[in-house]
Amino acid sequence: MGAVPASGRSLGGRARPRHRPRARTLRRRRALIGLLLVSPALAFVTVFFLVPLVLMIWMSLHRWPLLGHTSWIGLGNYRAMGSDPVFWRSLGFTVEYTAIVTPILIVLGFGLALLVRRRRRGVGFFRTVFFMPYVIGFAAASYLFVWLLNPDVGLLDKTLQSLGFTSSPVQWLSTRTLALFAVVLMIVWKTVGFTMLLFMAGLQGIPEDVHEAASVDGASRWTTLRRVTLPLLRRTIALTVILAVVGSMLAFDQFYIITNGGPANQTLTVVYWIYNSSFVNFQLGYGAAMSVVLMLILMVITAVQLYLLRDQAER
Amino acid sequence: MTAATAPTDRRAPGRPRRRSAPRQALPDVVWWGICGLVAIMFLFPLAMVLLTVLKTSSEAAATPPHYLPHHLSGQNFRELGDADIWRYLLNSSEVALGTVVGTVILATLGGYGFARYRFPGRSLLFLGTLTTLMVPFQALLTPLYSVLIFLDLQNSLVGLALVYITFQLPFALFVMRNAFAEIPQEIEDASEMDGASTLTTLRRVMIPVAIPAVVTVALFAFFSAWNEFLAALIFLSDQSRYTLPVYLTTLVTGRLGAINWGLLEAGVVVTIVPCLLIFLLLQRYYMRGLMSGAVR
Repeated sequence: MGAVPASGRSLGGRARPRHRPRARTLRRRRALIGLLLVSPALAFVTVFFLVPLVLMIWMSLHRWPLLGHTSWIGLGNYRAMGSDPVFWRSLGFTVEYTAIVTPILIVLGFGLALLVRRRRRGVGFFRTVFFMPYVIGFAAASYLFVWLLNPDVGLLDKTLQSLGFTSSPVQWLSTRTLALFAVVLMIVWKTVGFTMLLFMAGLQGIPEDVHEAASVDGASRWTTLRRVTLPLLRRTIALTVILAVVGSMLAFDQFYIITNGGPANQTLTVVYWIYNSSFVNFQLGYGAAMSVVLMLILMVITAVQLYLLRDQAER
Repeated sequence: MTAATAPTDRRAPGRPRRRSAPRQALPDVVWWGICGLVAIMFLFPLAMVLLTVLKTSSEAAATPPHYLPHHLSGQNFRELGDADIWRYLLNSSEVALGTVVGTVILATLGGYGFARYRFPGRSLLFLGTLTTLMVPFQALLTPLYSVLIFLDLQNSLVGLALVYITFQLPFALFVMRNAFAEIPQEIEDASEMDGASTLTTLRRVMIPVAIPAVVTVALFAFFSAWNEFLAALIFLSDQSRYTLPVYLTTLVTGRLGAINWGLLEAGVVVTIVPCLLIFLLLQRYYMRGLMSGAVR
């Protein structure tokens, strides 16, 4: 850093020997001010991010109850994880949930973006409506759906029946599949507007001429979409995939509230199991060890996807 | 609805603006039909909950349910008032306000420092802050709990706001740094030439120009603090300190095991209406912020 400008000037030098030390003190002063400006933010990141990060690794190597003695057990927590069926089941379920939610969000989000990408009368209204549920919190949206999906008092079943889709109320939370479906329904409703927005931004980046050229060449709409639009949207698609995958892998609120992990712990996610281990069973060391593993999984996923993204951008 | 969501508007000014594209545009009737149908599906849950909370308790709990209230009633909200909703509204507002103010101050100072001052390690520190985005906040809750106990900030709204501020900072610093970096250097120089101090320059010259970025940062801080559930559930142990999303969990386990649906959904409405109103009022800033953050 430091020695950037002024060097050209100083060669000419004799006339201004006194300027150099002054320029230097000025530069030092500015460096000091700069550090002072950023230090409050850095202090927060240190205390509430870096310290917990290091502490998490340290805790994961201990038996760490909420009260009482902590004791070093090396990789004991990690070994316990290997033979913990609940951990593996929750990891499997989380991956399955992610694999279901991600493509739905991408396809529907892209469809909505195609629908409202251009200016025309009323488009602003529809954009707003499709995006609006995104600003509601996961907890409130979950409680909204708890009611909506309730077979006795909820209005979803009544509507499905009057439209002729079902003949009697569905017990949405009675089986794993239906419970998963219920959560996916809520999440898609709540977050697909965000995916739509990302795709709208991506579509914006494609020059109009490209499509005109394709149409002059006689390409059909479908061919243009598949051969021209989608390849040009690779960066956007990669971004939406990363965000959807990371978001779904960290799912907690909606399962805690809507399914309660049930029936029979079959819809327990990884974060849910970490929560139970750390804050219900008070095995904080074990919770920390699972957090380390979850963090590594997510970092690998993100890194791989970023790498693929870069690779494609170069080609 | 101005709905200036429209990134569409960023066309080159010289170009004629088409009302609808020549190709690929659906006929108006079909387009309205499809969009209308989808819009009904999106609005259905919100419209239904807004109608249901206006029913009486017994009507809200009726099986089978009906769509429209037979008698409009404020009963659910009166019961919420009796259940001390004000306290939880206040808790949520305090945490959200603290998060907004803290994030805006720290990100403005830091963003200005990163954008305009050279100091050793500047780019390393900035990139380091951004990479914290790679580590999910949910993974850090277990050790954070211990840190908060150590600092005597567990079960405290202040502690919760401090945690929220920290996890807003990477995005907020990024937005503020970019906003300040776009301001021409001359404006700043002129102010300093007049003998203004660093903070005066920041307050009188830089921030007024960067107001849209400040609003963006404030909005994101507000939504995340208002809506966050898991950390609040873990860190707050006294019910009197619960924020609204956590308070909703207490409404489910109602008296006698039966859920008071009208009451629960009235709580949901109280929780979501501020978000919807703020979004509808300020959506231009919110959308822009989302784009800049998401495109990274």
